[in-house]
Amino acid sequence: MSFAAACPIPIRQYPRVLLAHGGGGKLMHELLEKIFFPAFGEAPAEVRHDAAVLAFPAGRLAFTTDSYVVRPIVFPGGDIGSMAVHGTVNDLAMSGARPLWLSAAFILEEGLPMETLWGVVCSMGGAAERCGVRIVTGDTKVVDKGKGDGLFINTAGIGVIEHSLCIAPGSVRTGDAVLVSGDLGRHGMAIMSVREGLEFQGRIESDSAPVSSLVQKLLAAGVEIHCLRDLTRGGLASALNEIAEGAKRRIRIDEKAVPVREDVHAACELLGLDPLQVACEGRFVAFVAAKDADLALSLMRREESSAEWIGAVEEGDLPLVVLKSAIGASRILDMASGEQLPRIC
Amino acid sequence: MKYLDEYRDGAKARAYARQIGRATTRPWAIMEVCGGQTHAIVKFGIDELLPQFITLIHGPGCPVCVTPLEYIDKAIEIAARPGTIFCSFGDMLRVPGSATDLLAVKAGGGDVRMVYSPLDAVKLATQNPSWEVVFFAVGFETTAPATAMAAYQAAERGVKNFSMLVTHVLAPPAMEALLASPECRVQGFLAAGHVCAVMGCAEYEPMAAKYRVPIVVTGFEPLDILQGVLMCVRQLEEGRAEVENQYARAVRRGGNQHAQELIRRVFEVVPRKWRGLGEIPASGLRLRSHYEAWDAEKKFGLAGHDTAENPECRSGLVLQGRIKPAECPAFGTRCSPEHPLGAPMVSSEGACAAYYRYRSRAPGGVADGGNMRKG
Repeated sequence: MSFAAACPIPIRQYPRVLLAHGGGGKLMHELLEKIFFPAFGEAPAEVRHDAAVLAFPAGRLAFTTDSYVVRPIVFPGGDIGSMAVHGTVNDLAMSGARPLWLSAAFILEEGLPMETLWGVVCSMGGAAERCGVRIVTGDTKVVDKGKGDGLFINTAGIGVIEHSLCIAPGSVRTGDAVLVSGDLGRHGMAIMSVREGLEFQGRIESDSAPVSSLVQKLLAAGVEIHCLRDLTRGGLASALNEIAEGAKRRIRIDEKAVPVREDVHAACELLGLDPLQVACEGRFVAFVAAKDADLALSLMRREESSAEWIGAVEEGDLPLVVLKSAIGASRILDMASGEQLPRIC
Repeated sequence: MKYLDEYRDGAKARAYARQIGRATTRPWAIMEVCGGQTHAIVKFGIDELLPQFITLIHGPGCPVCVTPLEYIDKAIEIAARPGTIFCSFGDMLRVPGSATDLLAVKAGGGDVRMVYSPLDAVKLATQNPSWEVVFFAVGFETTAPATAMAAYQAAERGVKNFSMLVTHVLAPPAMEALLASPECRVQGFLAAGHVCAVMGCAEYEPMAAKYRVPIVVTGFEPLDILQGVLMCVRQLEEGRAEVENQYARAVRRGGNQHAQELIRRVFEVVPRKWRGLGEIPASGLRLRSHYEAWDAEKKFGLAGHDTAENPECRSGLVLQGRIKPAECPAFGTRCSPEHPLGAPMVSSEGACAAYYRYRSRAPGGVADGGNMRKG
């Protein structure tokens, strides 16, 4: 799988990344000038320096970082570049912050096709534009052939918090409604479907997408949000268990209400995976005051019709996630104990 | 999802449970043989729907759980050899050997890979001719045909850098060993549907007659298991001891003849040690001499392994259905899926792991506290 050539690659004389591209010399500067700056937008000359200097609006600041090592680099519905933007933007959004700026640091393996790098960087630039964030600082290192796996990306993000809520597990209350912003498990199964030896028939595309604008809409509508968590590694099962632990509350969900697309469900059944433990990259779970649940759900469904109200927070100070099974019996929903699928994000 | 949702219908499940309740006049202990059935019972909470009179005993049909420790040590020894790609089904990677596990070998630089099919391992061997590719062939009659096909293809194509560490086991001899034990509590069996899809169900008929025990070949979805229990209870109540087929949508009396022929061609039946159960006569499969060039034990001349189980682990009693997982003193404290003492805590089909994952470790249970949604 490769990138569609959206625009011609600006560096022609070096078809592959060389160690010298990370050496601080002319080749590195060419990489910056011809690959990174055009894709991320030119930084004003006065801020082109070791550190970006930025004017911060009033309010609290949210700050996060994440590294991206997904294999393959391009997968159905996304690539490592757009994912490195969406993931960090979504982490900021989970505190209710409006994302403003990102850093982008690259670890490139010697020999990486320049075209692949250009594709990834263009994809990052496009994703940042759609998310309304700017990539304002960055770094590039090149490691010897065989010492990396193509390319790894780290992004850090800064956002501004313009609300007065405390969006965190500790704010979860008995009676809160538990909502998910869309169907689960597509990212994990999209990656799985293109892994060597497992190619599925049909096509499951990753759900990789930014969720920050939806969170801003929920806040603007006055929804009393108590906690948000994006459903990445470990899926819904890990997110709910972490929140139950942080909130010291019992969470009960209805398995039948949890939205999972039929092809995703079928692939999970085939591979012996639980869709509730499979990663998403554009979905979150929201704990909101029960009085605002209908409003929140209708706002979610405007963006993604599969959003669902899946459960509630119950009395009981022992942290636990309980699931009502398809046949109506109750059981624990635990976190997966190990990595179900390595290198998915 | 079609062919799945209709077997997970809550109303029908409760209707079956009521029928079982009406059919039951006294206590019965029924063993579900297969770990896949155990997983479904605990995951869906099927036993919660059953009348108190019915006790489900979890059987030894979890391939990861019964693979003897010395074979895991042999696997680890092979995987640690330089120039080797060691392939296994995922669950085996975390099973503790006597000193370490396969994941630790991987972390130490060994090339250990998870595959979904033994044929993928043969493909890997043809793609990497300068590496020795070894497949860890575990499982019951269900996975044996695919392993047999891998040996057959490797032999046909002369893939010399491929071999298999074979620990296949057979379900009926283990059931018979349990029945022959003086401590046996099992009064009826739900036989493993997938095993019977390959082998058919005729081979259970002498066992049912000899031990006067009903054997119902059963599937893996909630309604399959409930219907299997109902059929078994009716036989017990009526004093019958027959082989019945609940899983008729997948199992024919004669099974899959082509698969059986392939198994016979590639493997011979041998005595085999089962983890937790000891040696059972005629209960394992070994590559025939024609295929010995693909037998990893012979190829690598593995020494006999002197192994001792962790004395704290009581998985042998769990695998014989003599205790429930939670009755083991180490359960959930010194033994968990992250730090397993024994194999049943590792595999998704292991009874200990299923109880740990899905059963309350909390006082007061997990019963429904009321409607979670308004309206």
